[in-house]
Amino acid sequence: MELKELYQEIILDHAKNPRNKGKCEGYNHDAKAHNPLCGDKVHIYLKLDKDKNISDLSFEGEGCAISLASASILTDTLKGRDLQFSTKITDDFLNMLKNKSKITLNSLSENQITTISSLSGVQEFPMRIKCATMAWHTLLSALKKKV
Amino acid sequence: MKFDNIKSKFPIFKQKIKGKPLIYLDSANSSQKPKTVIDEMSKFYETEFSNVGRSVHTLAVKATNKFEQTRDIVKSYVNAKYREEIIFTKGATEAINLVANTYGEKFIKEGDEILVTELEHHSNYVPWHYLRKKKGAIIKFALVNGNGEIDIDEFKNQITDKTKMIAFTHISNVTGAILPIKKITDLAKSKNIPVLIDGTQGAPHSVLDVQDLGCDFYAISCHKMYGPNGLGILYAKKKWVDVLPPYQGGGGMINEVKKDDITYADSPNKFEAGTMQTAEVVAFANSIKFIKEFGIKNIEKHESQILEYGLEKLRKDNSVNIIGNPKNRASIISFTIKGIHPHDIATILDDDGVAIRAGHHCCQILHDKLGIPASARASIGVYNSKEDIDVLSESIKKCKKVFQI
Repeated sequence: MELKELYQEIILDHAKNPRNKGKCEGYNHDAKAHNPLCGDKVHIYLKLDKDKNISDLSFEGEGCAISLASASILTDTLKGRDLQFSTKITDDFLNMLKNKSKITLNSLSENQITTISSLSGVQEFPMRIKCATMAWHTLLSALKKKV
Repeated sequence: MKFDNIKSKFPIFKQKIKGKPLIYLDSANSSQKPKTVIDEMSKFYETEFSNVGRSVHTLAVKATNKFEQTRDIVKSYVNAKYREEIIFTKGATEAINLVANTYGEKFIKEGDEILVTELEHHSNYVPWHYLRKKKGAIIKFALVNGNGEIDIDEFKNQITDKTKMIAFTHISNVTGAILPIKKITDLAKSKNIPVLIDGTQGAPHSVLDVQDLGCDFYAISCHKMYGPNGLGILYAKKKWVDVLPPYQGGGGMINEVKKDDITYADSPNKFEAGTMQTAEVVAFANSIKFIKEFGIKNIEKHESQILEYGLEKLRKDNSVNIIGNPKNRASIISFTIKGIHPHDIATILDDDGVAIRAGHHCCQILHDKLGIPASARASIGVYNSKEDIDVLSESIKKCKKVFQI
């Protein structure tokens, strides 16, 4: 496994310039998590409208490049999507890291699939998988937790 | 004995990591084991193993003798006065828990103060926190200064007539600061306050003379002293082992057990309930032998030279921020690199075979004070060399390349 597959251009870009950082206005769901082993923290904020669409989605957090990029990519991919789709893509993402499966959802653009799949390099670094999955697990908690 | 060929004494260095030689800079976390220690464990299991202190058969006698011999070797290595002052535990953590529990149960009352420091590893804070919860004790912190060290005056400021224990680390596992032990124990003695030293980082790197240090308790982690895992030692002064209640209940720690009452064995058995680590204790004798062959003063000098070389080399790199600048420092360089999280540093270094630790190193209070969530830490052991530091330094440059900074 090459290091450059872990630290791809897309990941470094998201880590250095995270998208949707901060508290989104009018959020009605949120959840936070922290990894006591390494100190990584993430807090997901989202606005779920009455049609079950995630009309806004953001995060606050600190951590390594993998955890920041993962949270940033998550918000970028799922903002504006509905609940069912978001849950499905989250499952697919977690499966990708656990079972090395590929992400092939029709309703994602090729660009989005490339972006999410850039995190698949983490598969080969078992100690870093949690860095990549924490934001996604936290999203699932947030979807269940009203403010 | 020379340090030139020392890696050949440790089988772990035979292997390659990602195709490169292993550069092990994580000894503050756990040290590697010399072949003599590993072999002694196998030999013991193959030819001498039995439970100790219970049966009368030939193997039991052999095993018990070897086990107790290690106690004598430790007693003389740390210059304890009596063999019953040496108690085996499962680690330095358990050694501190033992004191917090037993001393706490008997001597700590509501409103009593326990003085720790901001440099403490969680294992020398969390056990005292239990006393805060259970007994209403108050925990005070001696504050760390800008150099990542703690001055004796800070201890003077924090001690009151309610202070019932001073518990502090010998050497910080983050800044490498060596605390002014004798000044602290002198001060404590003048006020009749017992002192516990967390010697987890101190014992592998310094001359150990508990009588000279003047402490009441000293906790040792054997796996950081080139010894087996799952083993620690508590030195506890005779006056304490005689009066403290037992820690855990079970076999081996009793005198007489009746339906209506139980009396306890004397130390060290009183504090060693249940079947102890046996091969580990026996093999630890060879860890001490290994250290003595080189001489702890020579080890100290050898490690200081590498430390100074490392500090000088990393200071030249403007993007590297070294944590703390203590006047007396041992074996540890914790650092951050602007724009790269310590976990990413550790992963990139690993690609070059360089093993370091990243995280808060079980010192969240210190990291909060420093205003950083984590740091990277290179820690030096007896087997390291200046060449290892050169590889570390090159690998740090690679981190910046990967991150394009």
